[in-house]
Amino acid sequence: MTTVKYTEEHEWIRIENGVGTVGITDYAQEQLGDVVFVEVPEVGRTIAKGEAVAVVESVKAASDIYTPVSGEVVAANSALADAPGDVNLEPTGKGWFFMVRLADPSELDGLMDQAKYDAFVKSLA
Amino acid sequence: MADPASDSLKRTPLHALHVALGAKLVPFAGYDMPVQFPMGILNEHLHTRRAAGLFDVSHMGQIRLTAKPGKNAAAAVERLVPGDIAGLQPGQMRYTQLTNAAGGILDDLMVTSTGDHLLLVVNAACKDADLAHIRQHLSDDVEIEPMFARGLLALQGPDAADVLGRQAPQVRAMTFMTGSFVMIDGVECYVTRSGYTGCDGYEISTPAEAAERIARLLLADDRVKPIGLGARDSLRLEAGLCLYGHDIDTATTPVEAGLVWSIGKERRAKGGFPGDEIIIRQIASGAPRRRVGLRPEGRTIAREGTEIIDAAGAVVGKVTSGGFGPSLNGPLAMGYVDRAQAASGTKLALRVRGKPVTAEIVPMPFVKHTYWRG
Repeated sequence: MTTVKYTEEHEWIRIENGVGTVGITDYAQEQLGDVVFVEVPEVGRTIAKGEAVAVVESVKAASDIYTPVSGEVVAANSALADAPGDVNLEPTGKGWFFMVRLADPSELDGLMDQAKYDAFVKSLA
Repeated sequence: MADPASDSLKRTPLHALHVALGAKLVPFAGYDMPVQFPMGILNEHLHTRRAAGLFDVSHMGQIRLTAKPGKNAAAAVERLVPGDIAGLQPGQMRYTQLTNAAGGILDDLMVTSTGDHLLLVVNAACKDADLAHIRQHLSDDVEIEPMFARGLLALQGPDAADVLGRQAPQVRAMTFMTGSFVMIDGVECYVTRSGYTGCDGYEISTPAEAAERIARLLLADDRVKPIGLGARDSLRLEAGLCLYGHDIDTATTPVEAGLVWSIGKERRAKGGFPGDEIIIRQIASGAPRRRVGLRPEGRTIAREGTEIIDAAGAVVGKVTSGGFGPSLNGPLAMGYVDRAQAASGTKLALRVRGKPVTAEIVPMPFVKHTYWRG
């Protein structure tokens, strides 16, 4: 079963078989503008929930990406080095940042589901 | 929903047009200004370099100076700037700076002679202070007329000459850094062949009430797209042009900033402007630090405020403007470094998020200027 959760910092995490894929939401990429550089974490690195583990640079500003959960980085999207614009084009698809093997699945409980996130974004308008 | 903070912001004559075109508006120098249009900063930048972009720069300050009877306006202005203003022929335009007693820069500006008047274009954030400064020092010699309500449009890019030439054929023959009164759609405008992108192009000063009509007329040409402040910044950065308040300010001299080319030959010999002693001394014996261009390796972007460090890890300067250059397809920066480190080819490092990124000092502009000099 696939679960997708969201953070207030506009990251999404899609969990399949204990591994979460992390990226930024469509709202986030829209706010950032054209993405020109992405720094992803190294595979094998152990990361803690809330830690700044990636950086996304748009034409306007640099933004930290915080991991929504703790665990070990098992994959990073190296294709973004040559195609950072994928974050704008497909933020929840080809524009993913990294995959993390969850250390503590209960950390997901504090995150928002789709309906809550949609309401959250609406409240920002 | 209306942002309550935006209520206090001033609007240019093109504000309604920006909204109609779907601009993302941000506060800038007290104005509600478009940072980008739906096309996005990257494509707006590339479009300007490839075709033509239309910028609203009406927030900048236009000031008209007219000599009082028996007085000389150019000679008066020269008391405030190091540029050669007395030597301006009618229709000629020059870039210069308002300096202070320490040789620092109060603002940078364009001065154009129409023959009867001098037209100044100063930065939006400085215009009230500049006006007060000019009034304080030049009121005995010149009539000072702020024209802050007028429109100012910049049409920039390789297609600019043909686009504007279809409305006013005489602009085709104008050369870089000249100005002329031109009728556009039945309205008298003042057009200069100048800009802030490194491209060929024009700045068009219009009566306030005609600004939107002329903007729409230019936008009706398929080659022209509206461009926001975001791309204006990346274009000027690639062109190696200074942004006031960032790359130059009251703590930098024109010599440190690499603007000696804008100081008249005679002015260097005779002085007669604020800070002349220190500026002339720096021209002769060098400034302690210099503005340089930097190309970081890889794609990491070093933004304003980034420390510049040498091989030993010592801080030798700071980035004053930095970003991504869409035409370069990579990061670029400008900043100040100690004179000993300022030679082109010098390898330094930029400390980005705690990590050093190698960067090389390179000559500016980063992207070749394509001004039309006839």
